[in-house]
Amino acid sequence: MSESLMVSAVDIHKSFGTNEVLKGITLEVKRGEVMCLVGPSGSGKSTFLRCINHLERINSGRLMVDNQLIGYRESNGKLHELKPSEAAAQRVGIGMVFQKFNLFPHLTALDNVISGMIRVQKIDRTIAIAEGTELLRRVGLADKLEHYPAHLSGGQQQRVAIARSLAMKPKLMLFDEPTSALDPELVGEVLDAMKQLAQSGMTMIVVTHEMGFAREVADSLVFMDGGVVVESGDPEEVLRSPKHERTRAFLSKVL
Amino acid sequence: MARSTKSTIQAVPLRHPFRWAAAFYFVLIGVAFIVDALHRSAYDWKAFYKYVFDVRVFKAAGVTLSLTAISMFIAIIWGVALAVMRRSPNPVFRQVSWFFIWVFRGTPVYVQLVFWGLLSTIYHSFFIGIPDIHFGHFYLGVHFPISQTASLYWLAIIGLSLNEAAYMAEIVRAGLLSVDEGQEEAATSLGMSWWTTMRFIVIPQAMRIIIPPTGNEIISMLKTTSLVTAVPLITDLYARTRNISDEIYNPIPLLMVACAWYLFFTTVLMFVQYFVEKRFARGHSPLLRVSHE
Repeated sequence: MSESLMVSAVDIHKSFGTNEVLKGITLEVKRGEVMCLVGPSGSGKSTFLRCINHLERINSGRLMVDNQLIGYRESNGKLHELKPSEAAAQRVGIGMVFQKFNLFPHLTALDNVISGMIRVQKIDRTIAIAEGTELLRRVGLADKLEHYPAHLSGGQQQRVAIARSLAMKPKLMLFDEPTSALDPELVGEVLDAMKQLAQSGMTMIVVTHEMGFAREVADSLVFMDGGVVVESGDPEEVLRSPKHERTRAFLSKVL
Repeated sequence: MARSTKSTIQAVPLRHPFRWAAAFYFVLIGVAFIVDALHRSAYDWKAFYKYVFDVRVFKAAGVTLSLTAISMFIAIIWGVALAVMRRSPNPVFRQVSWFFIWVFRGTPVYVQLVFWGLLSTIYHSFFIGIPDIHFGHFYLGVHFPISQTASLYWLAIIGLSLNEAAYMAEIVRAGLLSVDEGQEEAATSLGMSWWTTMRFIVIPQAMRIIIPPTGNEIISMLKTTSLVTAVPLITDLYARTRNISDEIYNPIPLLMVACAWYLFFTTVLMFVQYFVEKRFARGHSPLLRVSHE
């Protein structure tokens, strides 16, 4: 696998019971690339994202992040399941932002951000607080450090969630419909934070319905439907002249 | 012309004649009962006043309180452990927990207490080590004899706490289930281990759900301690007051003494519960948020 690749997925299959959700996904994400995954609901975008973080276990195929097999270790041509601690260590390098934010409601914004640093990386609390404060300042929430999630708007909560993921210094960030649960007027502030992150060179995979964001920020666009990649390429091109009928039908509804 | 909407509404308030009648009726019954009780010789208020602060009763109340506190302390810790074990990815833990709850919740606490009292009859000693392997008199392990006079107090505590742990486990389990799945996912994606996730993310949030029924269990335990006579332990509040009433051939005032103490303790516990519940609602209840600002 090439050094320039961050994610390499080859023929990924995933079923829930008899329902096959991913039917052979193959794609590559380069270092520093921002990829947007779009497609109708039920197309398998979110499942694929969760597989990259090993929140779901794939049934077949080969999934690598930063030249490391996800969930398994390979020796003598055999796959060995990772110990829970090893799987956890892999996840540290992969940040994830959820549609419903999933902030810890019993912790303040700052404590949310430093929770991983303190509980996982065992960083000294004073240092963690300094870093956490800086991260929250960068997403524009310097004045909300001591607020509980319930006291924050959806947009603010999602920005705290982004800061919380960044606190682990990930090499890859996954966004699972980060703006879908937000009121329309709050979408912009979250997209701005993501844009900033993209400009800093972070490798990102974003499941989204925000075509404007895809066109402006993404390096590549992947259209998924029915558990397969239908079409992919330069966002501008795919959005302007989709080659497949299914892509065209979908885009005509969301654009 | 419309009247100014600013003026306060002047309306005849709705009347509730039946409420008033019912209230009057119940107050009347209450007063009649009290007046009657004050003069009824069977209550023997003199004896009540004589014994309610009697040193023996006072000490017995202390025993009841310590039985409750220690048993609940063990039961809560063991109950949390059982509930967490039932959620564990480890199937051995899940089965052990299920089996424990099945046995201890499935049999009456009174019967369990009798069994604990008979412990030294059933088992003469217990042994930790590898059985049946010995070199002369040297065993690979340690023998603990169970004395005929094994402390009834501690047997009572073991009996009460193991039974209660089974109930606490179910309460804690309900609390853990109430925490949104996304919480565990978010913690996992940050690289937290299963146990770290439980300890710092799931359990603290479950507390809000766990505390009200736990308060209820503590109050229930306070009264269940009156069953330790099955062990037989006879130093607790109920057994002691029975004992005194046998001496003076007058059971009723001493039952009243016991009730007075139980009620006093439960009243204190209800106040404590109120404040603990408030503490754990932090960052959660929208009502609390309003009152904070």
